[in-house]
Amino acid sequence: MSAPTPEELHDVRLHVNGSVHEVHVPARRLLSDALRHDCGLTGTHVGCEHGVCGACTVLVDGRPVRSCLMLAVSAVDSEITTVEGLTEADGSLSPVQQAFSDCHGLQCGFCTPGFLTAITAGLEENPDPTEDEAREMVAGNLCRCTGYQNIVKSVLRAAEIQAEAGQERS
Amino acid sequence: MKPAPFAYLRPATLEEALAALAGQQGAKVLAGGQSLVPLLSMRLAAPSTLVDINALPDLSHVAVSDDGVRIGALARHAEVLASREAAERQPLLAMALSHVAHATIRNRGTTVGSLVHADAAAEMPMVLRLLEGSVDVASVRGRRTIPAAELFAGPLESTLAQDEIAVEACFPALAPGAGVAFQEIARRHGDYALVGVAAHVETDGGEVTRARVGFVSVSDVPVVVDVTDSLDDPASAALAELEPADDIHATAAYRAHLVKVLTPRVLADAVHHARDRKKS
Ligand SMILES: Cc1cc2nc3c(=O)[nH]c(=O)nc-3n(C[C@H](O)[C@H](O)[C@H](O)COP(=O)(O)OP(=O)(O)OC[C@H]3O[C@@H](n4cnc5c(N)ncnc54)[C@H](O)[C@@H]3O)c2cc1C
Ligand code: FES
Ligand code: FES
Repeated sequence: MSAPTPEELHDVRLHVNGSVHEVHVPARRLLSDALRHDCGLTGTHVGCEHGVCGACTVLVDGRPVRSCLMLAVSAVDSEITTVEGLTEADGSLSPVQQAFSDCHGLQCGFCTPGFLTAITAGLEENPDPTEDEAREMVAGNLCRCTGYQNIVKSVLRAAEIQAEAGQERS
Repeated sequence: MKPAPFAYLRPATLEEALAALAGQQGAKVLAGGQSLVPLLSMRLAAPSTLVDINALPDLSHVAVSDDGVRIGALARHAEVLASREAAERQPLLAMALSHVAHATIRNRGTTVGSLVHADAAAEMPMVLRLLEGSVDVASVRGRRTIPAAELFAGPLESTLAQDEIAVEACFPALAPGAGVAFQEIARRHGDYALVGVAAHVETDGGEVTRARVGFVSVSDVPVVVDVTDSLDDPASAALAELEPADDIHATAAYRAHLVKVLTPRVLADAVHHARDRKKS
């Protein structure tokens, strides 16, 4: 009996949160696993691993995408932002992170990275959502703890914080 | 839950991609991955090679002309939904796409991929059939156009050969005097439909001259029923041609009930749509 041929590994350059990560991975490595295991960025959580829960949501070229439904080898040409990349340059919380803290938008926190990334992109597209629009913004993410009420409040609060920051700047 | 090993190719031209598919019986196309990657992870699919088409040039278009809307293989659901010109030329596109999954899935999943995937629970295969559109496919053997009526072979099975790539889908424009409507019932917005119904009517001076209704998630393929001659009871005419099935999401009886309720409602919406378009 011949020994099984070792699986081919690919050299992949991932652009994550403004840094380059050179990883050496099989083609079947999911982007979620590459971020966690190969880049050491464990902020991205993995729940269902088939696209349903949204815990693994990251931004790919600014748009929210399920990292468990992308292969790392397929992410070469993209700029990826994980929850670690949302914090401001000085280490302070981003408006969405601050709002989750203010409004008690998390309990166990397992789902939170996916909500933070999805809402960050959602507010970029719609900086002043109504409550219904806020609910729609998080409709693709599951949370087993909060019952969503405080997450919806957090979306609205984040919009306020962003608007206030914008006014101060101008 | 991890995929089984496979070889991976990321060709830069369509010719290379077609040659790679032709050379390998077990090769499969990877587009947005929103249906294929879960199947790989659950090991319901185990291709020997994945041919990733995401680096191919000139396939991301949503091109609107007098004839209709041509959608390239790499246009994401989100890009099609965002096109105002597309929604004006064929309003059913946006009506249905807003029910396709959640925004996060639409950012990556392609409309053409959803047609090839041929899920009877997916909105766009039914919409393509209802509008009598088509898909252009390429292989090393040449190109051909598959009309929607010949695209869907069975559950999750389209009539593309293993070595073919769908390069473009064509959704015809909505003709003057015609109207469309779409409604679906799902447990949560963005979930797959328990039942989805779309209608396409043609009118002439207020008279309905042709009426067709399409169904999502009722049978195991997308079904379109011509109800022109049964406008007094279109739901019974439709049910005569449908075989509602039980699954974990709904019973067959509940699906039949939804068909009865939604069919006349959506037809009425489509007739209104035709009239409103005439006014504006
Ligand atoms: C949580 C979740 C919810 C969803 N809800 C819905 C929903 O409500 N309604 C709905 O319609 N869809 C839904 N989807 C599926 C989604 O619309 C997919 O994007 C779509 O079905 C497939 O497109 P894709 O580009 O991701 O294809 P892929 O996953 O890359 O491919 C799917 C299949 O099609 C083949 N293929 C793809 N493109 C081509 C091509 N150009 N030529 C030849 N073969 C090709 C692949 O080989 C594969 O077999 C959902 C998905 C998820 C994860
Ligand atoms: S882990 Fe990706 S969606 Fe659940
Ligand atoms: S806070 Fe626990 S799952 Fe959302």
